[in-house]
Amino acid sequence: MSTQNTDWPLWEVFVRSKRGLSHSHAGSLHAPDATMALRNARDLFTRRGEGVSIWVVPAAAITASSPDEKDPFFEPAADKTYRHPTFYTIPEGVKHL
Amino acid sequence: MTTAPAAGAANETAPAELVAEFDAVVAADGRIEPRDWMPDAYRATLIRQIAQHAHSEIIGMQPEANWITRAPSLRRKAILIAKVQDEAGHGLYLYGAAETLGVSRAELLDKLHSGRQRYSSIFNYPTLTWADVGAIGWLVDGAAITNQVPLCRCSYGPYARAMVRVCKEESFHQRQGYELLYTLSHGTEEQHAMAQDAVNRWWWPSLMMFGPPDDESAHSAQSMAWRIKRHSNDELRQRFVDICVPQAEALGLTLPDPDLRWNEERGRWDFGEIDWEEFQQVLRGNGPCNEQRLTQRRTAHEDGAWVREAAAAYAAKHQTDTGREATAV
Amino acid sequence: MTTTTVPTTAALSLADDALVLSHRLGEWIGHAPVLEEEVALANIALDLLGQARFLYSMVGDEDELAYRREERAFLNVQLVEQTNGDFAATIARQLYFSCYQGLLYGELAAADGELAALAARAVKEVAYHQDHAVQWTLRLGDGTPESRTRMQDALNALWRYTGELFTPVEGLPVDPAALRDRWLDVVGGVIRQATLTMPDGPDHTPWAAGAGRQGIHTEPFGRMLAEMQHLHRAHPGASW
Repeated sequence: MSTQNTDWPLWEVFVRSKRGLSHSHAGSLHAPDATMALRNARDLFTRRGEGVSIWVVPAAAITASSPDEKDPFFEPAADKTYRHPTFYTIPEGVKHL
Repeated sequence: MTTAPAAGAANETAPAELVAEFDAVVAADGRIEPRDWMPDAYRATLIRQIAQHAHSEIIGMQPEANWITRAPSLRRKAILIAKVQDEAGHGLYLYGAAETLGVSRAELLDKLHSGRQRYSSIFNYPTLTWADVGAIGWLVDGAAITNQVPLCRCSYGPYARAMVRVCKEESFHQRQGYELLYTLSHGTEEQHAMAQDAVNRWWWPSLMMFGPPDDESAHSAQSMAWRIKRHSNDELRQRFVDICVPQAEALGLTLPDPDLRWNEERGRWDFGEIDWEEFQQVLRGNGPCNEQRLTQRRTAHEDGAWVREAAAAYAAKHQTDTGREATAV
Repeated sequence: MTTTTVPTTAALSLADDALVLSHRLGEWIGHAPVLEEEVALANIALDLLGQARFLYSMVGDEDELAYRREERAFLNVQLVEQTNGDFAATIARQLYFSCYQGLLYGELAAADGELAALAARAVKEVAYHQDHAVQWTLRLGDGTPESRTRMQDALNALWRYTGELFTPVEGLPVDPAALRDRWLDVVGGVIRQATLTMPDGPDHTPWAAGAGRQGIHTEPFGRMLAEMQHLHRAHPGASW
């Protein structure tokens, strides 16, 4: 029994939990196409009113940074402390800054 | 995110620095994420465990769904449908977590259907009366929650996140079961007897859900070291017994164990010997419902093949359909 | 003496439709063609059960009404009591019924009366049921040769129960007959889009005794009720 050719593709689901917040990753599911993926996502991830908006994205369409590139990608940001407000000393008593 | 593992790296000869980094993350109680390097055995253990867990959710729908058409009030009918539906949902969350490890759901289902992967033995017992629905909620879900809460802190990120969702949703499962039994226990004489009978039949199998005693548990030590597992089988079992004894009393029902007594010294309840021979037999496929459960699952899957094929064929014909209802921003 | 404005026959007819269809959908649970569909079918079953409970509670005790009436006292249309059959048959039943229910509740929500509040809420649920049925009708109709045959057969087989949807219901502030043209448009449009053909057989039973709205049901319905009611009836007066 071969099921290979009829396997539905995998979709990643992103849910906006309420207005004002961005969509965040909720999980994944299988669906034959985008229309059904949205509906399945609605049934699966918002049964208890957890969302006001849903995105579905084919898992295969996502390009992710690789853990192997972690150092060149993310470490250079670590020593640039001058990007953070706490880097600077402000004379005592100065407000609204 | 679901992404296939960095394939093929000869894991036995993995660079020491990768091993060291993995060990450091686990030791610091951090989370391993799908694309991180991980030992092959860690991956294999997780796939086995998450798949078994997912299979248990979907096979576990059957004993309760057995009563949906006979639920004795509309309120109970709605609760039961919602609960069994949650179990399908939990199965889906867990299959999703397993798929981040580089296996497909189709592969896992195939292994379930062909008996190469297991599900929890508890679902190989029949639901003979309505009270069994309550006993499953109270005892089986109670045991499951005892097992699952520590998994929310499991070292593998997607599994831990799935378990957070599962545990949050599952809190109503146990309470509805307890409420159901309480109503029966305080109802007519026949209802009370029905509740007691169900507890008598489900108590011991529930204790078996924690797995074999620690000194016989094949995978425990390694899983603890990897922080997939946080507590030993016997510890969790004891915790469950300690929780259930006062709950049974409040129900007005007894637990079928003549050796159950308070141990002042340990500050815990002593309980009787579990029939591990029965456990082994059910595990080997000789339980009252093993064949029936698998047959129903296989039949549903096979009967549904033409539906899945139809939707796939339609999608292939209508590839321009993006399903988009608004440009995503 | 109390006066009530709740149209009992109308409320019971709609409640029985919803309960019976919910029950049939509940039978799918554990047997669906794919796990995602277990969740979808259960959702629809729960929506319908909620509608039924609301309507029963307008008329009396929900469990008395659901569990202690005999077959002849149930007023649901025969369409909803038809057995599930294969997935295509279930989808055809859903398509025919949800399109009808959507139109009916839409009118009820707009009309005055006791049923307007329920209808206003339910119309959103039903829109989703209808969408589910439409999406699947398209996929089965325009899918594989096998699915196409099954979907067409299902639409044909259930056609004979569709005429009853448009018979008048006592106390209902909407005349179902007035919904018929729009229903034919909607259903016909979906069937054509699914590359299928509109069934052309009779849409009514020839039996003068009538059908579901007169308490005349098909044989499988009695067995369904027996299963649904037996536990409740076996313990008279018990609480659950």
